[in-house]
Amino acid sequence: MISRRKFLIGTATAAGALIVGYGLWPSRRLARATLLDAKSGERFVANWIKIADDGTITVVIPHCDMGTGIFTSLSQMAADELDADWSRVRSETAPADPLFANGSIVEGFVLEMRKMTRDSIPSVLQGAAGNTFRTLAEYADVQVTGGSSAVRMTGVYGMRVAGAAVREMLIKAAAARMNVQPNEFHTEMSRVIHTSGKSFGYGELAAEAVNYSPSSNPELKSKSDFKFIGESVARFDIPSKVNGSTKYGVDTQLPDMCYAAIRISPVFGGKLTLLNEESVAHVRGVKKVVKLDDAVVVVADRFWRASNAVGKLEPVFDHGGNGAVTSKTIRDRHSSALQHGKIKQDMKTGSGADALNNAAIIERFYNVPYLAHAPMEPANATALYEDGRLEVWSGTQDGLGSRAFCAKTAGLKLNKVTFNLMPSGGGFGRRIPGYWNFLTYAVKTAMAVPGVPVKLIFDRQQEMQHDYYRPNVTSRFRAALGQDGLPTAWVHDYTTDDAPNPEAHIFYSVPNQAYGTARVDVHVPTGPWRSVETSWHGFFIESFVDELAHEAKRDPFDYRRALLQSKPRHLGTLNLAAEKAGWGSPLPAGRGRGIGISECFGTIVAHIAEVEVNGKGQVKVHRFTTAADPGFAVNPDGFKAQMQSAVVFGLTAALYGEITIDKGAVVQENFPDYQMLRLAECPAIEVYVHESDAPLGGAGEPGVPPVAPALTNAIFAACGTRIRELPVKNHPLTRL
Amino acid sequence: MAIRLKVNGTIQDVDVEPDAPLLWVLRDELGLTGTKFGCGIAACGACTVHVNGKAVRSCGVSVESVANREITTIEGLGAKALNPVQQAWIEHQVPQCGYCQSGMIMAVSAFLATNPNPTEEQLDGAITNICRCGTYARIRDAVHSLSTAKQAKGAS
Ligand code: FES
Ligand code: FES
Repeated sequence: MISRRKFLIGTATAAGALIVGYGLWPSRRLARATLLDAKSGERFVANWIKIADDGTITVVIPHCDMGTGIFTSLSQMAADELDADWSRVRSETAPADPLFANGSIVEGFVLEMRKMTRDSIPSVLQGAAGNTFRTLAEYADVQVTGGSSAVRMTGVYGMRVAGAAVREMLIKAAAARMNVQPNEFHTEMSRVIHTSGKSFGYGELAAEAVNYSPSSNPELKSKSDFKFIGESVARFDIPSKVNGSTKYGVDTQLPDMCYAAIRISPVFGGKLTLLNEESVAHVRGVKKVVKLDDAVVVVADRFWRASNAVGKLEPVFDHGGNGAVTSKTIRDRHSSALQHGKIKQDMKTGSGADALNNAAIIERFYNVPYLAHAPMEPANATALYEDGRLEVWSGTQDGLGSRAFCAKTAGLKLNKVTFNLMPSGGGFGRRIPGYWNFLTYAVKTAMAVPGVPVKLIFDRQQEMQHDYYRPNVTSRFRAALGQDGLPTAWVHDYTTDDAPNPEAHIFYSVPNQAYGTARVDVHVPTGPWRSVETSWHGFFIESFVDELAHEAKRDPFDYRRALLQSKPRHLGTLNLAAEKAGWGSPLPAGRGRGIGISECFGTIVAHIAEVEVNGKGQVKVHRFTTAADPGFAVNPDGFKAQMQSAVVFGLTAALYGEITIDKGAVVQENFPDYQMLRLAECPAIEVYVHESDAPLGGAGEPGVPPVAPALTNAIFAACGTRIRELPVKNHPLTRL
Repeated sequence: MAIRLKVNGTIQDVDVEPDAPLLWVLRDELGLTGTKFGCGIAACGACTVHVNGKAVRSCGVSVESVANREITTIEGLGAKALNPVQQAWIEHQVPQCGYCQSGMIMAVSAFLATNPNPTEEQLDGAITNICRCGTYARIRDAVHSLSTAKQAKGAS
């Protein structure tokens, strides 16, 4: 499989780029964009920003709307620099066209890898050869929504710069009209205003503004001048989500369309060997049975007919050599790889594992299971293949990448393929590039019925059993404690089917650290799941730290504080959470509090869970107190919503989440056996934002990792049972 | 054989198998895609509609069984003016991806119609729809704002 880490930036780093500068589009390119994506009376004035004669400003977003509110927050960033009248601002999805490739993301990830921010680049390099990143993005077909990157990368490197550049162009247009100097103007509420009081609306000036080239290095506002950034403005997308009018991928409707239902080999990689085609020969509405290598598809005039028919086919698949694999055999391989296999050293500090010699060693093992993404909208895509051209409609986490992927699958040139990026009913990593089995099957099905638009929908069972799972990971820690109870050595080895994870490295001060990996490859496909590697390392690290505090007979909060003395952001965030949660104040019997703190995609999140274990051993989660430092929240209410979401997502996984394997196939089929947290189990969640001067961090993912350890540490505090293997439901709990 | 359905106040005859699930008839025959498919086995609530004012998971009922009854979908709920639940959802910025919200709003509006001032336990027991995006805390706030608004109105 492709490395989860490298998928975004492989191309960019291969080129070794360090020439930085946001690639604002040259005029020729703006004209092409206008031709492709503007209505009459409207034009692109710079990347991502269209202004119409009537003053409507449309911010074109090179991302998928998965529900995190980024269409609104990115528009806030552009509109703020632009000094726009917010009531005239709209947003829409960028076309899946190389013209709209998202260079900001490539720029952002490259800088992140080099531990730099845009401001730390010498200004002579900014703006020089400014199109490098955009060219790379185009080359790599990047329009990704992932890595919690929208606001902190597209927003910072794209939207703000573009908004500021457009503002400058509008001023130049006004100056030319009045034949005066640009510095005689200021801007406000979508108007360019001269010192004399004469003013022009943006709509009036837009057609003239495009005659000036956008500057790659326009003056940006300072924080104190923000008008929209930092405000909880209402989301654009919500009104259409309360009246059923948002059209998700699965709602695509085309004249004379057909529907397709699929059965994929239950064992990953198995091949179709036998089929009872007779059984559906006379079923109403059935048009075609499409036999694929590892799946069978029924195309019918209605979905429920296709779905009934595919069940009758009784397809038989072989096992591809994996028919004996079970969760137990997988788990055994992981633990034996760690204990007896070859450990590949990743990184060490101080004297690394040698610091364990002659010390009393504390050793612990942890495990997390496979998890499905289970977005509410199951995977689906609609495709039409006609006269050598292909058109596809689907919600994915990368429109441009999807287009290239469909072209490749169909064996067509990119210019023969159109991809319509639809809003999606949840992503969480399910729709990230490289994990697009639903596009593969939809394209192949469409090509088997040329001229007929076909909507292929995974039913919930196919979605559950043919996902790309959060991997099963086993972990071994060893530590030695000094006189003061704080660790002097920290050695962490874990299993992986990917490159070593920098997310394993701790932010706690421990003088001697060592990390290593043991490779385990299983036939179960794995992929990024909301918060990716931190989703397991967060649980491992925060569980082990809690155990060390216990061994040292110290309070878990004080213990962490002692280890965070050189990390003011982490310390501040943790302190805030503890203060708001009332850490240390007495609780009724059977209740306990637990801490989890992680850093993920630039944001630090600390949760304090308050749970109760009752006399029957049932867990009730009463309260989550969350403090988060994203540097600065562009839309505080939206940011809080992502934290609330993360608590529910994280609790679902920690309490119930487990995909198990039997006879080489996934056992779980639907929500009853892949349980979701519901309203009744949702704790009270309080969210506090801790502001710092750090560069903007992500919002969608960082709240997830510390949920599980906050929960299990609280369970330990409540009843004395230490949970080292998730999910919690597998452990009998008794109150002390 | 045609089956007569009354959806959002309009009578529609559909030529489908009597056991066809209401969900798919609404979506694919009538083009009412606001009602969502989540699980197909009445486990998630994404497909909730009103049948004679009661919340029903439409993936689990045959079209025959609801013939001639009053069916309301999300498209019909706020057709004239937004329903108070929809308004509260906007006010509290409830939806994230929004995919579960049609069903959620249908379930909540049917519930509040019979129990305008529910206790926490009653609400928890009645609303068992799944929201994978985890909007529950806001759902709770939005529902409470509705019952308080009603109480305030009753008192005035
Ligand atoms: S789709 Fe009907 S309850 Fe889930
Ligand atoms: S808002 Fe996404 S599933 Fe509820």
